[in-house]
Amino acid sequence: MSEEQIKSLERQFDERIARDEKIEPKDWMPEKYRKTHIRQISQHAHSEIVGMLPEGNWITRAPSLRRKVALLAKVQDEAGHGLYLYSACETLGVSRDELYEQLHSGKAKYSSIFNYPALTWADMGAIGWLVDGAAIINQVPLCNTSYGPYARAMIRVCKEESFHQRQGFEIMLKLANGTPEQKEMAQDALNRWWWPSLMMLGPTDDKSVHTEQSMKWKLKRKTNDELRQQFIDQTVPQADVLGLTIPDPDLKWNEERQSYDFGAIDWDEFWQVVKGHGPMNKERMKARVGAWERGEWVRDAAMAHAQKKQERKEKQAV
Amino acid sequence: MKNENLYNYILGIADNSLILGQRLGELCGHGPNLETDIACTNISLDLFGQVRSYFQYAGKIAGDGRSEDDIAMLRKERDYKNVLLVEQPNTNFAYTLGRQFLFDAYHLMFLRELQKSTDLTLSAIANKCIKEVSYHERFSSDWIKRLGDGTDESKAKIQEAINDLWMYTDELFHQTDADKAMVAEGIGVDVTQLKDAYYNYVSEVLEAATLQVPESKYFHKGGKHGIHTEHLGYILAELQYMQRAYPNMQW
Repeated sequence: MSEEQIKSLERQFDERIARDEKIEPKDWMPEKYRKTHIRQISQHAHSEIVGMLPEGNWITRAPSLRRKVALLAKVQDEAGHGLYLYSACETLGVSRDELYEQLHSGKAKYSSIFNYPALTWADMGAIGWLVDGAAIINQVPLCNTSYGPYARAMIRVCKEESFHQRQGFEIMLKLANGTPEQKEMAQDALNRWWWPSLMMLGPTDDKSVHTEQSMKWKLKRKTNDELRQQFIDQTVPQADVLGLTIPDPDLKWNEERQSYDFGAIDWDEFWQVVKGHGPMNKERMKARVGAWERGEWVRDAAMAHAQKKQERKEKQAV
Repeated sequence: MKNENLYNYILGIADNSLILGQRLGELCGHGPNLETDIACTNISLDLFGQVRSYFQYAGKIAGDGRSEDDIAMLRKERDYKNVLLVEQPNTNFAYTLGRQFLFDAYHLMFLRELQKSTDLTLSAIANKCIKEVSYHERFSSDWIKRLGDGTDESKAKIQEAINDLWMYTDELFHQTDADKAMVAEGIGVDVTQLKDAYYNYVSEVLEAATLQVPESKYFHKGGKHGIHTEHLGYILAELQYMQRAYPNMQW
């Protein structure tokens, strides 16, 4: 294809996106669009899968049968999200095995928040309330993103995430209204998860390398700082309902901006965790790689069995 | 307690689902691929749902204010009545799957009979559970065939697991005093009547999976009477942790 032809295709492509048309797997797309989407969708899928670990770690210890059932269902939903996000990603011409390989080798990233440990039962509440809460803020705009399979997957994901967020809030509410010991457990979880949740919305706009292009492709509708502000403004009143204190002495309502001012985020910590040196990075990867390696003979057996079955069927047909 | 036999009978059924559900719950997020991870979590979820129905009923029978959680999480080691099979560890996927299949095949046959119970609550619970357990059994028997008739490695692994777990199958067909009393009243299932059909069916699946049916005649028992393997204590340590560390609280 000549350079001119490519330019013309690119122009048409940009116009389609501007008209809010969906791009489908068989449509022509710029290579950069394809690559950016593989990066973002797979990162999202990996986050779901790694995100199963901190919560999965509490399934056997959930305090009641009702909570155990709800937690199992939640972690199962996350596996389901991973499944349809990987499928959406595969429509861009990359296999799930390749994507796993990128995760396991450290080439692909996942949400840094899952590199923090889930230490007490209240963390199940805080993760649902704050982490899923921040995820929803990130994800709702993606229901209208330009790439069709991703947008459709996100509609399903968002419905379930908002259910998880309410479930997390409800765990916190029960603790906050419980015994002093329970309330203390809830406050401690909020103290530990608050700042990492703010970091989840990504680096500040001046440090975010992908924002501009992503906004153009509607992979992003608001900047990281806007999303973070939205999250804080929405969450502070919820903390008030719980009677818990957000661990930020500089948090203050700004009448003029009609928003909360908040304290400085420790970006050194953020980058340390992103670069692989958070409290749980090594353990999370060890768990994922371990499960994959231990499962190899099982996957091989399934393949071999399917092949044998197919061969038998063909023989019968002859 | 007026209805002690019925209470113990329900616990005998429900503890199997409780302990197996707990074992499967350990695996969540660590499966060989996403699909099996989801399936095992789903089976665990079904089993805990069943446990809740049984224990809510048992709580009513006890009539002393005991909740489903009290019954599930606040008994002592010797008071759990599950069979030894379900408490065996997730040594590898073959053991998990072998344990699942050997239990599912029994569970399905058991529920078919429990549907006929003269106790309407138990019959209704069985009716609800049977749909779920049919799926469990299809999943586990399909995987037995895949692993048996897959690669040499998978065949050796699943054969080893079946051979090791086989000694826990006979206990499924033992009766406690509560079982006998409930059978006499038309409430309980006479498990001794299921034994031949069980071994016939299990052998059929193993043969279809090109596996050997173990010939061992040495079996273990005790779970139904609260005499467990050493594994149970650790399972309970996790299951009961929150209720023991933070007693008398609402969650």
